[in-house]
Amino acid sequence: MQTDNSNITRNRLAWQCRRGMRELDVLLLGFLEQRYPQLGTGDIDSFTRLLEYPDNVLLEWLLGHMVPSDRDVAHIVQEIRHAAVS
Amino acid sequence: MEIARRRFDTLIIGAGGGGLRAALHLSSADAHVAVVSKVFPTRSHTVAAQGGVNAALANVRPDNWHWHMFDTVKGSDYLGDQDAIEYMCRAAPQAVYELEHFGVPFSRLDDGRIYQRQFGGQSMNFGGEQAARTCAAADRTGHAILQSLYQQNIRARTHFFDEYFAIDLIKDHEGYLLGAVVMNIANSELLLIEAKTTLLATGGAGQLFRTNTNALINTGDGMAMALRAGIPLQDMEFFQFHPTGIAGKGMLISEAVRGEGGYLVNADGERFMEHYAPNAKDLASRDVVSRAIATEVREGRGCGEHRDHVLLKVDHLGAETVHQRLPGICDMVRTFLGTDPAESPIPVAPTAHYTMGGIPTNRFGQVIVPLQHGPEEPVPGLYAAGECACVSVHGANRLGGNSLLDILVFGRAAANHIVDYLHENRYHKPCPTDGADPALARLARWEQQGDGETVDHLRTELAQIMEENCGVFRTEEVMQDGLDKVTALSGRMGDVRLTDHSKIFNTARIEALELENLMDVALATVASALQRKESRGAHSRIDYPERDDVQWLRHSLYHRDTRTVDYKPVRTRPITVDSFPPKERVY
Repeated sequence: MQTDNSNITRNRLAWQCRRGMRELDVLLLGFLEQRYPQLGTGDIDSFTRLLEYPDNVLLEWLLGHMVPSDRDVAHIVQEIRHAAVS
Repeated sequence: MEIARRRFDTLIIGAGGGGLRAALHLSSADAHVAVVSKVFPTRSHTVAAQGGVNAALANVRPDNWHWHMFDTVKGSDYLGDQDAIEYMCRAAPQAVYELEHFGVPFSRLDDGRIYQRQFGGQSMNFGGEQAARTCAAADRTGHAILQSLYQQNIRARTHFFDEYFAIDLIKDHEGYLLGAVVMNIANSELLLIEAKTTLLATGGAGQLFRTNTNALINTGDGMAMALRAGIPLQDMEFFQFHPTGIAGKGMLISEAVRGEGGYLVNADGERFMEHYAPNAKDLASRDVVSRAIATEVREGRGCGEHRDHVLLKVDHLGAETVHQRLPGICDMVRTFLGTDPAESPIPVAPTAHYTMGGIPTNRFGQVIVPLQHGPEEPVPGLYAAGECACVSVHGANRLGGNSLLDILVFGRAAANHIVDYLHENRYHKPCPTDGADPALARLARWEQQGDGETVDHLRTELAQIMEENCGVFRTEEVMQDGLDKVTALSGRMGDVRLTDHSKIFNTARIEALELENLMDVALATVASALQRKESRGAHSRIDYPERDDVQWLRHSLYHRDTRTVDYKPVRTRPITVDSFPPKERVY
C-alpha cells in the first residue's frame, strides 16, 4: 500500500513538474527521475512547496539569479541545480 | 459506457494567452465558459514568451499599422493571408491597451507611455529604417500577460477544468461541433463537455523534434484532434528553427553570443561557417547557420559521442568579457552543462521553435475546410486560435513579437464571432448517442495488457527521425526517407503497451495519448514538406533553393484519412488597402 501511495505521489509531482518552459521541465523532471527514490518526507514537502511557485520565480531560483527565503525550498533548489549537472 | 456530462455555451481547450483572452471576452459577455487545460493555466507555454507584443503605437519612433502589415507580409515570404494580416496589425494597438487595462505592467518611457523596443524584421515606411514596435513587460511579457488574463478570468467567473486532458472532439452527423470528451488526469474519470461552440487553443508542436525550445506540453494535441475530426492541417511544412540551442536539450543560446565574437567549430576544430558564408560567417542569417550546422553533422564532422552537434566557442574573448557581456548565457550554460563558456565551448544544434502551420481558420477564428461549395467552408461551432491555428498571419516565417499579438488578436476575434453565433444558436443541439465512441475506443485500446513496445521508445525514435529527416536539412531523398520512417513507426503504434493501468495521476496514459497526437502531426509535417518543391521562409530545400511563386504561392492542406496533401490559394487581397505583391525578400 505504501508503495502505491509513493507511486501516486511521484506521478502527481511528475505532472506538476510539467511547466510552461523547457528549462523548468528539464530541471524539475530530471531531478525527480534521478532523486525521487532517495527523497525523505521533508524533502518531498519542500519540493511540493517549490512547485507551487509561478514559473518565472522558479526560473530565477533555478538559474541561480535569486535564492528563496524559505530555507527548505532553498535547499531543494540547490539539490536540483546539483542534479542537473551530475 | 455512461460518462458524466456538463453543458456550457463555449468550451475552450487550452489555457495559454489565446484561450484565456477568448474566455475573458466571452465570460464578460455573460456566456457560460469552460476552459480545459492539461496543466495549471499559468503554466501554459505563453509564459515562456519573453520578447513582447508588436503594435504600431509610435511611442518611440514614428509608426503605422500599414508598415507593420508590410513587414509581416514580407516576413511571411508572401504566404501569409493579407486580409488576416491587415486585421491583426490594425487591431494591435487596441490589443495592447486592453492588456494595459487588465493590469499587464508594460515597461514605460519617462513620460509614462509604453516603451517599445526594436526587433528584427521591423521597418518604417515599407522597408525603410528600423522601427521600434515591440511592447514588453521587461523580459517577462508572456508571464505578465498570462497572470493578468488568468486573474481577470477568475473575476469574470470562467469555469476552469485544471489538469484535464482533451481526448477528442464530438461532431454530429450534420458536421456540427458539439464539444469534447475530456479526462481528469487526477483520477482518469471521463467527462463529456457539451458546448454550442468549441475553441481550440492548444499551442504548438515543438515536441516533434528532438532538440526544441518548447515546453513538454507542446505536443500538438489540438491539431491532432482536428485531424481526427476530419479537418486538414495547413502549411505544416513551415517550422521555425533557431540555429543554436544547447545540443540534445534545446534551450536557446541567443545570437548575442556570436554577435560578441563567438564562433562555431566542427569536430576538426575548423571554423566551418567560412565555407558557407565567406562574408557574414557566423553572423549569417538563421537559416544559413542552421543548415550549415546540419550539413557538418550529416557529413560526419559533428562533435561528441554521437557526432550530433557542433561547438560554439567564446573562450578566446577572455573570461572578463564573457562574464560581463553574456551573463544570462553563462548562467544557462552553468546550470545545464555545469561548465563555464569562458573555459569550455558550448555544444549546440539547431533547435525547433515555432509551428507556423496548424488548423486552418479565417480571420474570425472559424475553422474552415474545403467542402462542396468551395475551399473555405466554416465548420459550424468550431474555432481555433494561436499557435495551433493557421489563420495565416505568419505564412512561411514568423516575425519576433507577432506570436503574442496573434494569440491576443485572434483569441479576441474568435470570441467576438462566438458571441454572435451564440445569439443565433440559443439551444444545445442534441449530442448523438454514439458521439463519444471514437474517444472511448481510443482509450480502451490503451487498456490492452501484455508485452509490447514502450511509449518512450517510439517517442524518442519519432523525435530523432523528425530532426534528421524533416529538420533544417531538406532534400527529396532525406524527406522521402523521413516519410517512410514515420509511416513505419506509426504502423508500430498498435504494438505499444502500457505497463501501468492505474487510475490516479497515470501520467503514462497521458503520454501515450500525446504520442498518438505527435504521430499524426509528424505525418502531416513530413508529408507537406516533401510535397513542397521550393524554398520559402522556414522551408528551405537544398534541391529547390529558389522560391517559386508561379507553382507554390499556395497553402498546403494535409488530410489524415487519405494521407494526402492538396492546396488552396493564398488570400493576397487585404480588407481595405492594396495588396503587397511578392518581391524578393532581402534584409
